[in-house]
Amino acid sequence: MEGPLALVVGILIATGVYLMLARNLLHYLFGLILISNAANLAIFVAGRVTRAAPPLIPQGMEVAPGPIANPLPQALILTAIVIGFGLLAFALALIAQAYKVLGTLDVDTMRIAEPIPPKGEKSP
Amino acid sequence: MSWLLALPFLIPILTALATFPARGRKLLCGFISVAGCALLLAATIAILVLVETGGTRAAQMGDWAAPFGITLVADRLSAIMLLISGIVGFCVSLFSLSDIRKYRVKLGFHSFFQLLLAGVCGSFITGDLFNLYVWFEVMLIASFALLVIGGDRIQLDGGIKYVALNLVSTLLMLTSIGMTYGLTGTLNMAQLHISLAAVDNPSAVSALAVLFICAFGIKAAIFPLFFWLPASYHAPPVTVTAVFAGLLTKVGVYALIRTFTLIFPSELQFPHSILLGTALLTMLTGVLGAAAHYEFRKILAFHIISQIGFLVLGLALNSPLALAGAVFYMIHNIVAKTNLFLISGTAKRLTGSFELSEIGGLYRASPLLSFFFFIAAFSLAGFPPLSGFWAKLLLVKASLDQAAYFVVAVALITGILTLFSMSKIWAEAFLKDHPKDYCQRLQDIPRYERYERLLPVAFLALITLVLGLIPGPLIDYSLAAARELLKPGEYIEAVLGLKIQYVGNR
Repeated sequence: MEGPLALVVGILIATGVYLMLARNLLHYLFGLILISNAANLAIFVAGRVTRAAPPLIPQGMEVAPGPIANPLPQALILTAIVIGFGLLAFALALIAQAYKVLGTLDVDTMRIAEPIPPKGEKSP
Repeated sequence: MSWLLALPFLIPILTALATFPARGRKLLCGFISVAGCALLLAATIAILVLVETGGTRAAQMGDWAAPFGITLVADRLSAIMLLISGIVGFCVSLFSLSDIRKYRVKLGFHSFFQLLLAGVCGSFITGDLFNLYVWFEVMLIASFALLVIGGDRIQLDGGIKYVALNLVSTLLMLTSIGMTYGLTGTLNMAQLHISLAAVDNPSAVSALAVLFICAFGIKAAIFPLFFWLPASYHAPPVTVTAVFAGLLTKVGVYALIRTFTLIFPSELQFPHSILLGTALLTMLTGVLGAAAHYEFRKILAFHIISQIGFLVLGLALNSPLALAGAVFYMIHNIVAKTNLFLISGTAKRLTGSFELSEIGGLYRASPLLSFFFFIAAFSLAGFPPLSGFWAKLLLVKASLDQAAYFVVAVALITGILTLFSMSKIWAEAFLKDHPKDYCQRLQDIPRYERYERLLPVAFLALITLVLGLIPGPLIDYSLAAARELLKPGEYIEAVLGLKIQYVGNR
């Protein structure tokens, strides 16, 4: 199972990076979303993938009878998804506000914080 | 004692909750915020005393034994970082009373400020990698809000660059933590010290080390990864920049120090050689950027980067003296940098701009403010007998011990260039006349505002002076902290209850 999952992670990262290279902020954000999903998937695989073996111990036994799935990475990913969701929601709201105020989503034209000095004019 | 270790993040969170309903009333809200910071300062002092008298302390949350539950650990490095966060928090919250306008308070400035402090303190005290991630996120989301609150055009522009690049670092950090778990099966830092040494897969460990350097490197603003910092740090009100400059990047450096002393075996050579190269480049590029700019806060922002280079250098040299230098430098730098930003805010209040070409005459307007600036700026440049001198001396001595003469040369060049850009500010903003003859005098601004602006600055300048004139205690403390970092036996015993023997001559 690891092989195909690794492939999916690779495809997600590649697509994400392609989108993030665009000048449009919205593309950047969608690239980020894809990569964050890829990261979660990678952690999931790193915690070892097992088939149809929930991490439950039958009543009366001290340890599970056979190999079981590792619940910890799933807990980690759940936390990461919640946090990531909050951050991405914030980023989306920020981008929407920036579009409203600055009137553009093209990062190359966003130069208010770091203006390019006009040609021929020397700094004092 | 477990409740005491939880206080550094509990107090700011409770204060944040208390300030939120009061945000409509500026005075009351500010008062709650300052009181919360005073409590936080008291708690951090108590932790420092506890660690100094009883050694490293650990607390297991919910009494779950160490590698499984959430662990809070305070060793010497954590304790001093907490104390300095308490001091910065207190000074900046006092300064914010007059610097932050009413509409920003109404949008919840003080709540986000307290959450930021909670995130910073939580990162310093946690003993668990995933918890570190969570605290980083708390810090990050609060810093996002602080950066854009009020919604000026320049804030939105700077904020987008800050958010875009920091989200990447978050992803890298999450991935590296997940991979660490996959490799070792634990995320407790003390347990990782043992487990990661037992992993027989050098290439995976190396890949992990590089991932951690990139993730924390973006946070710390080291050489090729720092571009979000000068793009955004001059956008928000100066109070926000001061606390960012003092604490945020330093949390990244703290995480790097923790990771590459405690988690990765310190015999691992190559992360340290990567860090050495980036440290030198960070020092130089930062200070060159500062030399090229003519805006008060942009110069200071580029200096943050250059100083981060010094901190990483201390880690990269990896000797007790060098690490002690890094700890001392960190304390000195947080104090001096926060102070410089606060002074720049008052300078703007008096002269009306941050552009050096548009302001001037500050020395005639207020010799007192000039005196404080002089102390902070020349301490940053490393002049004896100010605190920066001792910090640089420790690092230079450590490099000389390792016969790293090239490093010494770069450090000295950086010092000279720092002096150059500081004297540029001094000459332009303080000595030359104001081009429009507009400069207000300090006595002209209302009395309360004057106190709120000057007391924090004076207090931080006093710390710089005391550290410079009596450096002995902090140097001893830093050396002890560095010894602990390089032989983390006490840390591991406090967390796991295991004794570890270290051999070798470190």
